[in-house]
Amino acid sequence: MKHNLQFDFLADKVKNTLTIRREFKAHRQLVWDCYTQRELLDQWFAPKPLTTKTKTMDFSEGGHWHYAMIEPNGTEYWNWMAYQKIKPIDYYTACDAFANEAGDLNKDLPSSDWLVSFTDKGDNTLVETIVTYKSLSDLETVIQMGMEPGMIATLEKLDELLLLLNR
Amino acid sequence: MRRDIFQAIADPTRRAILALIAVQAMTPNAIAEHFNTTRQAVSKHLKILSECQLLKQQQQGREIYYQLEIDKMKEIDQWLEQFRTIWESRFEQLDNLLDHLKNQQK
Repeated sequence: MKHNLQFDFLADKVKNTLTIRREFKAHRQLVWDCYTQRELLDQWFAPKPLTTKTKTMDFSEGGHWHYAMIEPNGTEYWNWMAYQKIKPIDYYTACDAFANEAGDLNKDLPSSDWLVSFTDKGDNTLVETIVTYKSLSDLETVIQMGMEPGMIATLEKLDELLLLLNR
Repeated sequence: MRRDIFQAIADPTRRAILALIAVQAMTPNAIAEHFNTTRQAVSKHLKILSECQLLKQQQQGREIYYQLEIDKMKEIDQWLEQFRTIWESRFEQLDNLLDHLKNQQK
């Protein structure tokens, strides 16, 4: 399905941030719900072909979302998103860290700070996500660790594309 | 010892060196003049950048000039592009979910 929805993906290699802006064809309340309710998050958050599973979620300041991204072969990657500030339906901030199924945080793997803001864009909604890592190499670790296995097919396609483009 | 492009840009002085030599090839002395650290410290950074394959060396007379290996820098962009793909996939699923929810509301 082709669409003309805004999508910006900006990396600041000095500040170690990723800024991701994406427009959605829905009003703000509905988009906000998709980001903040477990039964909705479970339906989209993990990129294909991974799926999302929520163990516990308490969307409140000081609350958390304990979730896993699951590969088609069943391998689970557990994460812990700790919510800090919430202002419905404008923005929330959180810290995302690797964890295990019991909810123990893995301090050896890099965590990231998230600021997710929602604004109206006509009848649509613009969501800006700013993800801050402690260093760019942290971000690399996240990629290698986190979603890599399930993403290989997509990435191989991308590699082919890059080869073509570089010719 | 880890030697790749991410190691190279993990340090602010090395990033500054890369920015300098991206504009023009420079000798180690000329590079060092831009920093308040010792010559040795700058040499060490240059060594790491060399090991990360980010520097091209050119001999001109007695002097060695360092230049940026642009192709190597492109690896960062390619790698970031992979991350972009992950987000794209995620958002497409959210598009579908939103469509579905809107239809239910009707």
